[in-house]
Amino acid sequence: MSVLVLLEQRGRLRKCAFEAASAARDTARAAGVPLNALYIGQSLADETAELAGLGIAQVFACENEALKYYSNDAYVGIVEGLVRELGAQVVIGSASALGKELCASVAARLDVDLIQDCVSCAWDNGLTAVKPLYAGKVLSTVRLTGTPAMVSLRPNVVSVVRDESPVPAIVHRPMPEVSLRSVLKAVSEAAAGVVELTEAKVVVSGGRGLGGPEGWPVLKELCTALGAALGASRAAVDSGWIHHSHQVGQTGKVVCPDLYIACGISGAIQHQAGMRPAKIIVAINKDPSATIFKVCDYGIVGDLYEIVPLLTQELKETL
Amino acid sequence: MKVVVLIKRVPDTASELQVAADGKSVVTGGLKFVMSPYDEHAVELAIQLKESHGAEVVVLSAGPPETKEIIRSALAMGADSGILVDTAQLGALTCRGTARLLAAALADLGADLVVAGKQAVDDDAAQVPERVAELLGIPHASVITRFELSGTTASVDREIEGGQYTLELPLPALFTTQKGINTPRYPTLPNIMKAKKKEIREVPAAQLGLAADSLSAQATTEAMTLPRQQRLCRVIEGDNAQRVKELVRVLHMEEKVL
Ligand SMILES: Cc1cc2nc3c(=O)[nH]c(=O)nc-3n(C[C@H](O)[C@H](O)[C@H](O)COP(=O)(O)OP(=O)(O)OC[C@H]3O[C@@H](n4cnc5c(N)ncnc54)[C@H](O)[C@@H]3O)c2cc1C
Ligand SMILES: Nc1ncnc2c1ncn2[C@@H]1O[C@H](COP(=O)(O)O)[C@@H](O)[C@H]1O
Repeated sequence: MSVLVLLEQRGRLRKCAFEAASAARDTARAAGVPLNALYIGQSLADETAELAGLGIAQVFACENEALKYYSNDAYVGIVEGLVRELGAQVVIGSASALGKELCASVAARLDVDLIQDCVSCAWDNGLTAVKPLYAGKVLSTVRLTGTPAMVSLRPNVVSVVRDESPVPAIVHRPMPEVSLRSVLKAVSEAAAGVVELTEAKVVVSGGRGLGGPEGWPVLKELCTALGAALGASRAAVDSGWIHHSHQVGQTGKVVCPDLYIACGISGAIQHQAGMRPAKIIVAINKDPSATIFKVCDYGIVGDLYEIVPLLTQELKETL
Repeated sequence: MKVVVLIKRVPDTASELQVAADGKSVVTGGLKFVMSPYDEHAVELAIQLKESHGAEVVVLSAGPPETKEIIRSALAMGADSGILVDTAQLGALTCRGTARLLAAALADLGADLVVAGKQAVDDDAAQVPERVAELLGIPHASVITRFELSGTTASVDREIEGGQYTLELPLPALFTTQKGINTPRYPTLPNIMKAKKKEIREVPAAQLGLAADSLSAQATTEAMTLPRQQRLCRVIEGDNAQRVKELVRVLHMEEKVL
């Protein structure tokens, strides 16, 4: 009996890997079973020290140059094999883009139900998870009854808490024989310094109120001053002003920053769904009757082209 | 070439939701239902393959009899025929069961390509298609924003945080679509009329010959709640310079989010 956490990497271990490990440690403690971890990638060597304080007993490391990049064909079998071998009773992964795909495939192989993208999980005579539905308009508490109980955890909602536990022991796993059906031809990564929307502490979003793509430089300066990621409403995306990967909302991304600043966004219900997890919401809109002012913490009624540059300036002076 | 599109009937995204008296489900009476928005991209992709490669397009959905309405919308967009796996006689299904039903219905269709939405906007489960691919033993790629076919090889871009993978997969394969791949078309009036004559085959779930335990839930809902977050809704007054100063002060000193 044990809990197994899947450590996601993209070259280095990702922040969501530590978050999942932290949640998995608490789950394992409550269940009174050991926590193990699985690393699949090129090499964990210089990162093992970072796994101290997470209550991990053993890290199973499947290291190979061919595993540097996620491959569904290769990764699924490795996870499945280890889960079966350990008889893991709980498996916790990350609800990142690749993590969700991996967990879904593994759950199918193991023939168990899986709750993706939960915001918390707990042990109470079995695993329970809190899962947002309808992009967070509803929260459900779900009890998993399969073996293993499988969940993927939303990035950026659990904070990593470390304890006194030591650097875990490494158990090397052999590279399995796999025939790859899907072939990776190219990988493009975000430019350095670009903050990922779903992991950002601050998000600045723009909507139709920008009036055109010429508004982005103004918002980007605010982003730079705040170390923020740039979001957008669907209206801004559908107008062709910005790439869809910036869309926040029910059919875009759900973000969970400490601070969300909505500029020229009216606050439609689908947009609200994506920004709801934010701790503090600030709205800048020239229409005092806009819905956004009913669902924000602080509002400024005014033209974003006047307010935003002043705000950027003030932040540069204050921070 | 045969393309099967998986589509799901979900409440309209504009819906205000209420928790039912049992505290474990949402009230669905009175809601407007639509095809899940990402599925529209999957239907569009299939119809473009019909136009470019002469593909036959079949839409498949598991759900209550009312699901025929959204199948009809896909037919009006240009799909050739539909299949409804009627789940009215089954209890609540989890993703495991839904995927088993869909895989069973797909088993003898001989699809060269299966396309689906990246997630259904009701349960946001993001796993039914990946499960179907696994059950059918075919390769798949999720969340694609580009699809090109040359011979029996598909070249796709798959979104990851802040970037993408470019992948090549041999058919038969399954893909899930993300916004950005295409712009779903609106059905034209003549196509809406034509869709009325297209066939929707109804398959009672029981007819698929699945054992009860392969459909049973391994996850049960204990409670549903609406997030009740009280927001301050404080509109800051003054001239522009004063308001901006005050905003930075509260965010910095009071809320401590800077
Ligand atoms: C199936 C479906 C899914 C959807 N999914 C999403 C989703 O995921 N995300 C999403 O955002 N929307 C989504 N929508 C769309 C949503 O319903 C709204 O249409 C959209 O959010 C509106 O975007 P907006 O607020 O930018 O534009 P608008 O509603 O047009 O609002 C623009 C605002 O800017 C203000 N403004 C104008 N000029 C200025 C200025 N100079 N300074 C300050 N303020 C100014 C105006 O007062 C107005 O309030 C979806 C809709 C559907 C049907
Ligand atoms: N009952 C269903 N019938 C047909 N397709 C479905 C069904 N449920 C899910 N799907 C497909 O799987 C996708 C992802 O759904 P989900 O895994 O539930 O988030 C949807 O966008 C549909 O394409």
